[in-house]
Amino acid sequence: MEPLDRYRPIIDDFEAFIDACERPLPSAVRVNTIKATVERVRTALADTDIAHDPVDWHDGLFVLPDDSPGANWPYFHGWIHGQEEVSAIPATVLDPQPGDRVWDACAAPGSKTTQLAALMDDTGEVVATDNNLGRISALRTNTERLGATTVAVTHEDGRNHSLKPFGGEGYDRALVDVPCSCEGTIRKNPDTLADWSLSHVEGISGVQKGILKRAVEVTKPGGTVVYSTCTFAPEENEAVLDYVLDEVACEIVEYDLPLDHAPGITEWQDERFDPRVANAKRIYPHHNDTGGFFCAKLEVRAE
Amino acid sequence: MSDGSTEFTRLPETDAEREDPEQATREEVLEFWQDRFGVPAETFEGYSFWERGAGKLWLYRGRPPSPVDIEGLGMTFLRTRQEHWKPTLEAVQRFGDRASKNVIHLDEDAARAFVAGEDRELDWDGDWGYLVVTHDLAGEAEPAGVGLYVYGELRSQVPKGRRREV
Repeated sequence: MEPLDRYRPIIDDFEAFIDACERPLPSAVRVNTIKATVERVRTALADTDIAHDPVDWHDGLFVLPDDSPGANWPYFHGWIHGQEEVSAIPATVLDPQPGDRVWDACAAPGSKTTQLAALMDDTGEVVATDNNLGRISALRTNTERLGATTVAVTHEDGRNHSLKPFGGEGYDRALVDVPCSCEGTIRKNPDTLADWSLSHVEGISGVQKGILKRAVEVTKPGGTVVYSTCTFAPEENEAVLDYVLDEVACEIVEYDLPLDHAPGITEWQDERFDPRVANAKRIYPHHNDTGGFFCAKLEVRAE
Repeated sequence: MSDGSTEFTRLPETDAEREDPEQATREEVLEFWQDRFGVPAETFEGYSFWERGAGKLWLYRGRPPSPVDIEGLGMTFLRTRQEHWKPTLEAVQRFGDRASKNVIHLDEDAARAFVAGEDRELDWDGDWGYLVVTHDLAGEAEPAGVGLYVYGELRSQVPKGRRREV
């Protein structure tokens, strides 16, 4: 847990935070409403004797205390998809509407992509981009199993995303769930911090800035962009938001989240960030007994 | 299965618009689902059909310009350019609930064997060929995938990557 020590000054009840990070997290699944209703999934899980606990902030999520999600009838039918609770946050914050055109900038393996398609009743268009062909294969497999018919997959670096294949049309919304140092997934993957280094954090921060900037550029004025990571590092969170506020026309807006959280921080070590980054939300493992997460909602402005 | 091509071409609407005589038309695809499985043509209103490589059809909700050179477009849907067209498991799971013909309903044991990829001797007095395979889930019949019925046997067509011991 050593790399996490540097967050002692910014996290309330730091001991509870570390204790939570050391506890494993059970599997969780999201109901795929493209193929099933919450009620039918509940019935199917009960019929097959799979224990499933509801999640109070989202009625389409269940925690499976005794099972892994992959070997049962509802999974085979694509009625459920293994997805950690906090990972379901950014798509709900983006709140895409049926018929929207949405860009998912770092899409693989597709949990959030398919959640976006489901929120849109599988109408409109979700352009799902990833820069890694192996992960695109997983994205395609998940899209197919969940029966999404509105997902178009592109292989490219999100920083250079091209609108050309689709005739140049911009997006109503974009989800920017970037590759990150993944500190918040420690409860799922205890090895996460083994290779932690500040140089990796700082390096990946540059990639995150490039992808978020591109997302704002390709989203129509008035449109929404959600930026999220599963890490606590301010270099990958508030510093990235602070950068795009200077570079492109956008605003960081307030939003409701029915989970306990802390605001984005405006100071870190020797840096001060734009005060608007406080509208972002930090979700810590000891807050709601989940993984850790960071999520900000941006509105695109006319130049 | 991939032939390396990433170019998707929208199917021509009818025979009159067809340039490649071997390529399926939208009209033929709709007729196939109607004739073989009784799935009404209006089920696919708002969808477009695309071919990538030879004979592999995809179904997509949006309408990008054709051709479009990307990695994936909606879901794989139907294999054409062969004597008997074959729907994908994904297509049947998604649209098979509207099928009224050539649907075989399995009991729990047979359904488990089907999903594990096993072939099984079964009585079926309908047509031979590709069938929509259903079983009961959460109190209703639910399409699980595609079976091939020949010589008194239902052959599971569940792709290796989708097989499960449920």
